[in-house]
Amino acid sequence: MIYRETGQFRTSYAEDQAIFRLRQDKIGIAVILAIAWVGIPLLADEYLLRAILIPFLILSVAAIGLNLLLGYCGQISLGTGAFMAVGAYAAYNLALRVPGSPLLLDFLLAGLVAAAVGVLFGLPSLRIKGLYLAVATLAAQFFADWAFLRVPWFTNYTPSGSVTAPRLDFFGWVVDTPLEKYWLCLAFACVIALLAKNLVRSRIGRSWMAIRDMDIAAEIIGIRPMTAKLSAFAVSSFVAGLAGVLWAFVHLGSWEPLAFSIDMSFRLLFMVIIGGMGSILGSFLGAAFITVLPIFLNQVPAMIGIQLSTAMVSHLEFMIFGTLIVLFLIWEPHGLARLWQIGKEKMRLWPFPY
Amino acid sequence: MAELGPVLEVLLGGLMSGVLYALVALGFVLIFKASGVFNFAQGAMVLFAALSLVRLSEWLPFPLAFLLTIVIMIAVAWAVERLVLRPLVGQHGLILFMATIGVTFFLDGFGQTIWGSNVYQLDLGIPASPWFLLENVFPGGILVSPIDVFAAAIAGSLVLALSIFFHSTKIGRALRAVADDHQAAQSVGIPLNQIWLIVWSTAGIVALVAGMAWGSKLGVQFSLSLVALKALPVLILGGLTSIPGAIVGGLVVGAGEKLAELYIGPLIGGGIEYWFAYVLALAVLLVRPQGLFGEKIIERV
Repeated sequence: MIYRETGQFRTSYAEDQAIFRLRQDKIGIAVILAIAWVGIPLLADEYLLRAILIPFLILSVAAIGLNLLLGYCGQISLGTGAFMAVGAYAAYNLALRVPGSPLLLDFLLAGLVAAAVGVLFGLPSLRIKGLYLAVATLAAQFFADWAFLRVPWFTNYTPSGSVTAPRLDFFGWVVDTPLEKYWLCLAFACVIALLAKNLVRSRIGRSWMAIRDMDIAAEIIGIRPMTAKLSAFAVSSFVAGLAGVLWAFVHLGSWEPLAFSIDMSFRLLFMVIIGGMGSILGSFLGAAFITVLPIFLNQVPAMIGIQLSTAMVSHLEFMIFGTLIVLFLIWEPHGLARLWQIGKEKMRLWPFPY
Repeated sequence: MAELGPVLEVLLGGLMSGVLYALVALGFVLIFKASGVFNFAQGAMVLFAALSLVRLSEWLPFPLAFLLTIVIMIAVAWAVERLVLRPLVGQHGLILFMATIGVTFFLDGFGQTIWGSNVYQLDLGIPASPWFLLENVFPGGILVSPIDVFAAAIAGSLVLALSIFFHSTKIGRALRAVADDHQAAQSVGIPLNQIWLIVWSTAGIVALVAGMAWGSKLGVQFSLSLVALKALPVLILGGLTSIPGAIVGGLVVGAGEKLAELYIGPLIGGGIEYWFAYVLALAVLLVRPQGLFGEKIIERV
């Protein structure tokens, strides 16, 4: 009833290629954007912004990055945390060592540095795949952990190894309050999501998907595996790097290498699996789920009168994540995004049972 | 000659810890050979087995606790086979791999929920004080930890037993047949599910042995689960399908990272043990993707 497409005719190629072809989708996305840009700032308090919404938006961006690689190009990466770290430290060093450079430029350059590192560790993907690649990307993770801990130049020789982000000044707009930070993250998330959505609908996105579905067949019909795989690594690491900058500069403020440990990489992998491999919407759903679940576990048992120790909560979190991963892989490998799609299909027919 | 003593000591220590890596890698190889599943959960199984053993032996005499832990590991193997692998049969290797990451997290959480998450001491009755070898050749002798020697001996006999098991028993033949081709094996009447149960149980027992060796060295705690991450480059180095490869890979990684720490470490800030194995594996992958002893990867269309 809600999703009725009767009477909506597409009469030109341009209309046929639009991102949101249905009127309902257009209205829906407009409503969501309005809520995100205006509604939430009016209603949300500082805690909600700081503890849930800002991390959610940044992790969504990172999950989009991993999803481009894993969900669209089929190359597994256990090193997303490392690429985020590269972005964060690159931005830190650029801002520190090139005084007067605009912060936005630093952010983008940091993304490019992360992309270069991503390509470097993606090189083995030309010869190996699947499980072997997982180990190659783990190498990236461990190497980055070590480098940012042990090479003092990266942290500007601070004795504790923890570094603090400079003031967030975008051409005179000083981002200071949680609300401003939220808007900044939202802006990045919107732009990246739009870019990613368009990228995967374009020639290059289709070549990624061809590689994912069967690389040999893709090669035979004329897709260059090297270009496709390395471009996927580059774009994915760029997005992850940007997310890393946001995570460090906007969310944490001051951080240690531990902030981007292998835990982060696994968390992002879970977001992509639970949210939906090969779906931009899924990245957002997965990020929301993984951000909210620990908070939920922390607060709900206490509300109904069960006291759980912190250790117990983290163990429960492990168990629930593990179970969910297995269940999603068995029942719905395309994750929450696919569930949403099924829901839409149902709504098209409802209330008629055919 | 004065220089040689410490170097030999480092080398020997590296080889010994390499044996321990090999023990974990062995569990990976067993499962990969027989089912084509890259079992990320091996490390979690090591932790789970060690935790079960240590907590049970507080209540029961050690041999009984040991037997009960074996039963528990077989139960875990059964559950994994039944609840995770059977529904996913025929899926892409990557999906199975990610499912075992899920199993890893579940087992880590579950193990620590029921057995507790403190550091537990596992006492196998081995003297903790180090032995000194060749004291008359080098000044001060060479320091060797008895636990390492014990672990190496166990690993050696385990490998021997597994080789005999794989090559000369009926079940072993069936395992190799399954490893070659699932469908062909099934069509000649080999029960696939039973074989997988056997393999996962064996891997569980290997995990228990690895857990005992690591646990008596480091104490039984969460970080045991991370040992598995070190076993991954060992696997890549040795080749995913080769039992001798796992052993050689373990030794190369163990000795290599200790020597690299000794010679290259001081030049670039130390702590390179942390990533040395991975970068070594990466280099091997670029030159020889199937590893040192693995079967050549053939693409069929």
